[in-house]
Parts: sequence; C-alpha cells; structure tokens
Amino acid sequence: MSAVEAKSKYEQPDAKGHFGPYGGIFVAETLMHALDELNQTYQRFVKDPDFLASFDRDLKHYVGRPSPLYLAERLTEHCGGAKIFLKREDLNHTGAHKINNTVGQALLAQHLGKPRIIAETGAGQHGVASATVAARLGLECVVYMGTEDIKRQAINVYRMKLLGAEVVPVESGSRTLKDALNEALRDWVTNVDNTFYIIGTVAGPHPYPVMVRDFQSVIGRETKTQMIEQTGKLPDAIVACVGGGSNAIGIFYPFISDEQVQLHGVEAAGEGLDSGKHAAPLCAGKVGVLHGQRTYLMEDDNGQIIETHSVSAGLDYPGVGPEHAWLKDIGRAKYFAITDQEALDAFHLLTRLEGIIPALESSHAVAYAARLAREMRADQSIVVNLSGRGDKDIHTVAEIEGIKI
Amino acid sequence: MARIDTTFAELKSKNQPALITFITAGDPNLETTVPLMHALVSAGADIVELGVPFSDPMADGPVIQQASERALSQGVGTNDVLNLVREFRKDNDTTPIVLMGYLNPIEIMGYESFSAALAEAGADGIIVVDMPPEEGAELSDILRQHNISQVFLLAPTSTADRIQLICKQASGFIYYVSLRGVTGASHVDAAEVESRLDVIKSASKVPVGVGFGIDSPAAAADIARFADAVIVGSALVRIVADNATDLDQLIDKATAFIESLSNAVKHARDVESIAT
Ligand SMILES: Cc1ncc(COP(=O)(O)O)c(C=O)c1O
Repeated sequence: MSAVEAKSKYEQPDAKGHFGPYGGIFVAETLMHALDELNQTYQRFVKDPDFLASFDRDLKHYVGRPSPLYLAERLTEHCGGAKIFLKREDLNHTGAHKINNTVGQALLAQHLGKPRIIAETGAGQHGVASATVAARLGLECVVYMGTEDIKRQAINVYRMKLLGAEVVPVESGSRTLKDALNEALRDWVTNVDNTFYIIGTVAGPHPYPVMVRDFQSVIGRETKTQMIEQTGKLPDAIVACVGGGSNAIGIFYPFISDEQVQLHGVEAAGEGLDSGKHAAPLCAGKVGVLHGQRTYLMEDDNGQIIETHSVSAGLDYPGVGPEHAWLKDIGRAKYFAITDQEALDAFHLLTRLEGIIPALESSHAVAYAARLAREMRADQSIVVNLSGRGDKDIHTVAEIEGIKI
Repeated sequence: MARIDTTFAELKSKNQPALITFITAGDPNLETTVPLMHALVSAGADIVELGVPFSDPMADGPVIQQASERALSQGVGTNDVLNLVREFRKDNDTTPIVLMGYLNPIEIMGYESFSAALAEAGADGIIVVDMPPEEGAELSDILRQHNISQVFLLAPTSTADRIQLICKQASGFIYYVSLRGVTGASHVDAAEVESRLDVIKSASKVPVGVGFGIDSPAAAADIARFADAVIVGSALVRIVADNATDLDQLIDKATAFIESLSNAVKHARDVESIAT
C-alpha cells in the first residue's frame, strides 16, 4: 500500500492488530488466551448500544465530559501568531485524560466478571484513574510503579492508597514505567483467571492499542464539534505530548481523514536528543519488539532496551504505541521533541498567562505549540491537548528550582 | 536439530526422560559459562538450555531476571552467547544446546543473520518466549532452512485450537509450562500437569517436556514419570547466584544438585517398569 493510499483509506489496525508492520501480539503463550478473550469481548462491546450508552453515561456524569475547549487569549497574544486553543483534559475527574480509558476498561472487567484489576503507572495518573474506577465498582486494585517514580510522584501514590489500591514498588531495571509494565505483565500471567489488566496507554499487545484509542477518541470527537461551534472550521494543527501515545491518539484519531489538519506529536527530549538522555523513540529510536508490540524503541546495538530520561514521569517510556509508528511512517503525523527545560519554561508560562497549571507531560505540548504558533498566521488555529493538570508535579518543579515546600 | 532428535531417541529406547538444565549465558560472567555447561553435562544433563540475557524479561521471575541483569552488567550480548556455544562445541559435539530468549535481540540482528550464526556456532534449537506462531511464520521458515529447531511453549491456558496449531509448528520438543506464572514460581500440581500432557502428547509428533517450578529431586521425579523431559531453571540459577564469587564452589554445588536431579529423573520409572 502506498503512503497516499494508506492515508485516504485509513482503516487500522487489521484483525490481528497490525498497523502496517507495527503492533501485533508478542507475548508468552500463557497470555494468548486471555488476549483472545479480551479481544472478542471488546469487539462485541464496541458494537453493543447498551455498552456504549453506559460508557457515555459514565463519561458525562462521572468524568465530567465534555471537557471545555478554551481559547487561550493571553498565550496567543504572547506568541503572536496562530490562535491557541486548549482541550481541557486537566478538568476531568482525577485530573487527566487517563480516566476516559479506565472507565471503559473497567466496564469490560465487570462484564468479564473479573474481581481484580491491575495497572502499571509512571506519573501515577493512570494508577489513580484505575484505583478510582476500582473503588467505584468495588474491585480489588493493584498498581505497579517503579521506585524512581514513587519518589517523584509521592502525592499520587498517597491518592492511590486513599482510594484503597495496593501500590507495589518495582525495583527491577530502570525502576520506571517500562519496569512497572513488565511487573504488571508478570502478575497477569500468574493471576490471569481472576484478573483484568488495565493498560494505561495505546501500547502493549493487541487489542490494547485499538481499545485504548477507541476509549480516548472522545477527546478528538468533542474537539471537532467544539471547534466548529467556536470558529466555524477545523483547526489547522493539533498538538499533543506522546509518552505511550494515548492522549495524542485520542485527539488525532477523529482527524486522520481531515488531511488539512496537521497532527503534531511531541516526545520528551530530556536533556537533548544528542545527550542520549531522552525518551523520544519516534524521533531518535529504532524499530523493535517490546511489551507485546512491534514499534519504535530506545535500544542499544544488542537489542537491549536502554534507560530513558524525562523530567515528566508520564513520558519516561522507551517505546510508543504502534499506531504512532505507522502514522509517522506514512507521514500523516509528525513528531518532534521538547527538552526538560523547554517544558519547565512552558509550565510557568501557561501558569502565569492563563492561570492553568499544566502537567509536566502536557507542558511539552504547550512548549511546542507556542513555537509552532509563532510560525503561523493569526487567522490560523492550533488545538493543544492539555492532557493533565500539574498539581502532581509541583514538588518536582520546586525541587528543580531549589525551593522547599 | 539432529542432536536433539538423537538425544530423545536414545533416551526413549531406555524408557528414560531427558533432563534439561537452564542457565543464563554470561552469569555471573563469561568465563564461568562454558565450564559450567560441561559440568552440567557430566552431572547428567541431557540438553543444555542457555538463556540469552534481555533487559526486559517479562516471563521471568526475580531469580532469572537477576541472572539477566548480572550478565548485562558485564555487557554480554548475542555475539558473546554465540561464542560460548562455539567454545562448548570444541569439547562436546553431541549434547544439544537450546537457546532461550526474547525476540528483540533477534530482531535487531535480523532473522537470517541470527539463524545462520546459530547454526554455524553449533546451537540446535531456540525458544523465543514472546514470539507466538501467529507472528512467527517468517522466523520459523528461516530457522528451518538452517536446521534449527524451534521449540514452542504451551501453557495451562492454551486452548485446544492452540495446542493443535503449536503442535503442528513445533520441532525439537514442546515446552509445557507447568503453571500459570513466571519462571521460579512453585507448587506444581503433578496430577494436573499429567492430564494436560496426555492431551498434548496425543497431538504432538515431538517429545513434550515440562518446566517452571521444578526445584527438587522429588518434584523432578513426579514429572519424570510421564513427561518426555524435565526442565530445571530457577533452582539451578539460584545456585549460580549464591556462589557467584567462587567458581570451584559454584561448579561443585551445581554438580551435586544436577546429579541428584538426574538420579531422580533416570529412576523415576523404575518401579513402574518392574510392576509391568
Ligand atoms: C497528564 C499526562 N499526560 C500525558 C501522559 C502520557 O501518556 P500518553 O502518551 O499515553 O498520553 C501521562 C502519563 O502518565 C499523563 O499523566
């Protein structure tokens, strides 16, 4: 299939979860049956009006959707170019886009009759969102989290505990998100009969990338309606940060066939792409297989996964959802990287200009959008997916700046 | 490939199951691995399984994870593992060697270069833990061209359809994972394993071994009554870990352990054959 054809007839993934050469199912035999069962259940429920109605109901009354689309006038004025709109996922219940997905997967867990859910978390947002839906449905919840992340996201660790979840510290490897994911997979292999694994992003074996995309696509659908209501047309560009890629796919996906809308994903450049200390597999990685999927990875010449770095725990992941790999290859989305320092600057900028404290993850998108806006005309517009709020990060920012709170 | 088939054929003629022992290549260092492999064979191992270290061993428990970490901290890569195989082959041309690892280190080398190197070094088979047959047609073809057996895992959760599918693709032997869990877990229920093995053996044209959670001569003997091979990993790797600083002691302890397992495995069917 040529890239042009691929874009105009965008129907991904195939029945086995392949986005072009990416995605698929690469797991140990013990999990094959569980993934098959999950896929069949999911395929049935996406077509089931009752299931979709209960999902919509939860998004409206529990999550608080639709989230506003807000024109950031002072930020726009400051940048002096395209109008910048913020899609306010930070205003969702629990403070990030992650809850859209956990609400959907929790409904599936309930239908499958699994009394126990597990999750991996980096920034803690997905862990909190999982613990939240578990509390609401009365399910047992275990969250795996690297000890490095436990240190930098202490508030979220406490939130999860308040919600009744058990937070299991992960000491292996780099002690961050990828290791938490390994540990959650090990738990799932062991307890597969009674446990539902809620993956927090559009990564992992099929059907997770497509399932999480579908649950998060509400972001893009709302954005489309809201842009037309507010401006009479579609935006010229959409900008979102990319860790595993769920908030980005969520806002990109409904726009993929609208080719005039540019899609920009922003990875974490950490201390700079040249420093080697970053988390930007799409910008500077190679294709490989990790966590059940073929995708771009940060790896060495022996195929060992290398340690990543980002000031934001939620972007500190050496892989990326397979659909982003495919969107990059066909040129439908473009990927860029923003350094820790640029993200920190944008964190302050948005806080001071708009009275909105963004998550450090989302600050990467804000930083890139501010740069992009300057290169665009005043009659053009950009939507930034403001994936989460920054309360969880104020300790990190204060510490970097030598402030004791 | 021929070595694996020959080994199982010889054991079958004696009504004995094979003892397969797993260690991680380069754990605790590269110098130890080949002497340890020879020691395992002298102590009664019929097939040596060599783990290829990987940074993210999702199907392994802490014991084998840490073995991987020890090897990786010495910079052990796939080429080093192949060198160990070559080195071993200088003094042993009969004991089969099966590598066990994850897909990514193979992907980065390329299927063709990897398979050719495997054959040239003298390895006989490979287990790629995270490569199910659905994704693996190309790799399987290339391995077959190089006469490398591809050993697949089956699990307690494998459905009847998957058992058929995997039995059709497998060569060398099939590795039945005795429990839901990662390597190193314990509490194998021999009776449950036996009934599952009946089903698999009737679908399979190659021998069926059982591994995961076998950590003592008694547990090995239980499985040896009905399985074509008994596979021991974490219990042996734990001995390597505990004696990492003293090569002689490591070899002595590993030898004693494998001798005790071998003894249990080789005689597990004695009573039965007398009775019949
Ligand atoms: C607020 C926020 N944004 C973005 C991310 C990155 O994840 P993804 O790329 O899946 O949206 C996270 C992950 O924890 C997050 O908490």
